Amino acid sequence: MDILIIQILNSIFYACILFLIATGLSLIYGVMRIVNLAHGSLYALGAYVTAWTIGTFAVGAPIWVLFLLLPAGAVAVAAVGALIEPTLLRPIYNRPEEYQLLITFALLLILEDAMHFLFGGVPLTAGAVIDSMGTMRVMDLRYPVYNLLVIAIGIAAAVFLWAFIYRTKFGVILRATSQNMRMASALGLNVKRVYVQAFALGCFMAGLGGAVVVPAQAAVLGMGIEALILAFVVVVIGGLGSLEGALIGALIVSFVRTAGIQFFPEIELAVLYLIAAVVLLVRPTGLFGRA
Amino acid sequence: MANNASRTGPSMLLILACVIPILVMLVALPKFVDTYQTQLLTYGLVFAIAALGFNLLLGYTGLLSFGHSAYFGLGAYSAAFMVRYLGIGSMELFILGGLLITGLVTAAFGYICVRHTRIFFGILTLALSQVLWTLAYKFFWVTGGTDGLRVAFGNLTLLGGLIDFKGRDAYQSFTQYYYYYVLFLFCVCTVLMWVIVHSPFGKALQAIRDNETRAQFLGVRIRHYRWLAFLISGSFTGLAGILWVPLNGLVTPDILYWPFSGEIVFMTVLGGFRTFTGPIVGAVVFNYLKVYAVASTAYWQLLLGIVLMVLVLALPTGIVGMIARIAGKFTGRA
Repeated sequence: MDILIIQILNSIFYACILFLIATGLSLIYGVMRIVNLAHGSLYALGAYVTAWTIGTFAVGAPIWVLFLLLPAGAVAVAAVGALIEPTLLRPIYNRPEEYQLLITFALLLILEDAMHFLFGGVPLTAGAVIDSMGTMRVMDLRYPVYNLLVIAIGIAAAVFLWAFIYRTKFGVILRATSQNMRMASALGLNVKRVYVQAFALGCFMAGLGGAVVVPAQAAVLGMGIEALILAFVVVVIGGLGSLEGALIGALIVSFVRTAGIQFFPEIELAVLYLIAAVVLLVRPTGLFGRA
Repeated sequence: MANNASRTGPSMLLILACVIPILVMLVALPKFVDTYQTQLLTYGLVFAIAALGFNLLLGYTGLLSFGHSAYFGLGAYSAAFMVRYLGIGSMELFILGGLLITGLVTAAFGYICVRHTRIFFGILTLALSQVLWTLAYKFFWVTGGTDGLRVAFGNLTLLGGLIDFKGRDAYQSFTQYYYYYVLFLFCVCTVLMWVIVHSPFGKALQAIRDNETRAQFLGVRIRHYRWLAFLISGSFTGLAGILWVPLNGLVTPDILYWPFSGEIVFMTVLGGFRTFTGPIVGAVVFNYLKVYAVASTAYWQLLLGIVLMVLVLALPTGIVGMIARIAGKFTGRA
């Protein structure tokens, strides 16, 4: 029983991370119609920046300092995103999709090595955060309190994004641009600025995912490449460009994965990709996608 | 070139005038360069076959596959399995068996994938290729996991056992013979692909690429044609995988992982996917580029990424497209 509770908690923890990555991917696709292959690397960058910041400036610092530094990765990645969009993506919006995929693939190659260069080949952790929060009892077993915090952050991010997109003026502008960029532009919206903001927001989400995961799992080279494919599975199941889809997709993927690791470890990943393929076949727009 | 060809129709003479000197050069090359250079070029030709196949989908059918690592890897693993579990050493049997397996899986994957186009096609091919990657990665007692499977050139025979590699200087003679073996198959593949893209079938694919609705009105069975293109494309790439194994001596799940699919796309775009020769040039150049980048810096991915970025932003027609444009300026045709 206690194992079951812990597995469920783990699944939700993992779903929160996946949701943060996938929702950024989905948002960027929804607004700009670009599938960002570098999105996983941006997530990895968030993890590295947070781990590096905490490891460099906050060794032995009190807990509130650690929490103040935790979002460093998300902010840094958002800044990188705000730089990338106008310089690299803007020139290729009118070009065929092949080029859009390729430029983000080039970005992936560059980011992977830039991280290798900046942070070295050894894994970086921010274990101080998870240690400072201690553990709690789940019946006879112990569970890190930090994981619950991540779950809370994930839920808060989902609520915040929902309110942002459906309840603010910026959200209206974002949705209008997403539905019809030319019309939005004709009505006097500054589409260029909306694109920068949307891309930076998407990157912020990926960076936040990295920032909150790094106290629990070390930042290693190649983590982004693996994460990207899982995020793809999430958005394919949920529907590209859909917020609810990213949430449901993340929950499905992480529960299937947890069950998979328990019961059919050899094919746990294969099953996920197969689910994604089946969803694409039966309902190409995903469970929540628009046609 | 192919696109221009359909309009202006280059004379057979002109094509031969271009091809023959290149062919003579390729045949004579191993006499003048060392073993290592011969080997590098062999790799380049193998990748050229893969890119040639890939471009039937991207350049001629207008479908961007991000999962061609699957077919390359299938070919490679088929050959490795034949060595490991059946004790086969004949290259011709590798090709037969490998093509059979790759063909079957490609037919199945293609049947699923051609239901979509554009980005969904790309993601579907990617997802399916990653299924194979995880299987190769997780079933380590069959596939050797990340250690991979070894395919030693010492047990290999070419031309039904006529040529084997035992005794002294085996490695040198393997490199030489294998180069000609690959070169021959490369020529066969190139001619075959040329015939395919200039056949009515190839024209139908281009019609689908340019205007799906019109092609449909003309009675072209779009999905069926796309599926056939997928099958041919995957089989070419599979053949490249089969040829790659003895050369590399080892097959690991890395060649099934999706960044390798990205590399195949990279090669094709580097050469120029709107031309027939683009993927060939791109694959050979990419191979040299990667080898020298890896040799000269630990940050070779960064270098390749920058090259790709410049390519996309400044030279979208690739090397061959650029040469054609420059040539066009001189002859005053462009």
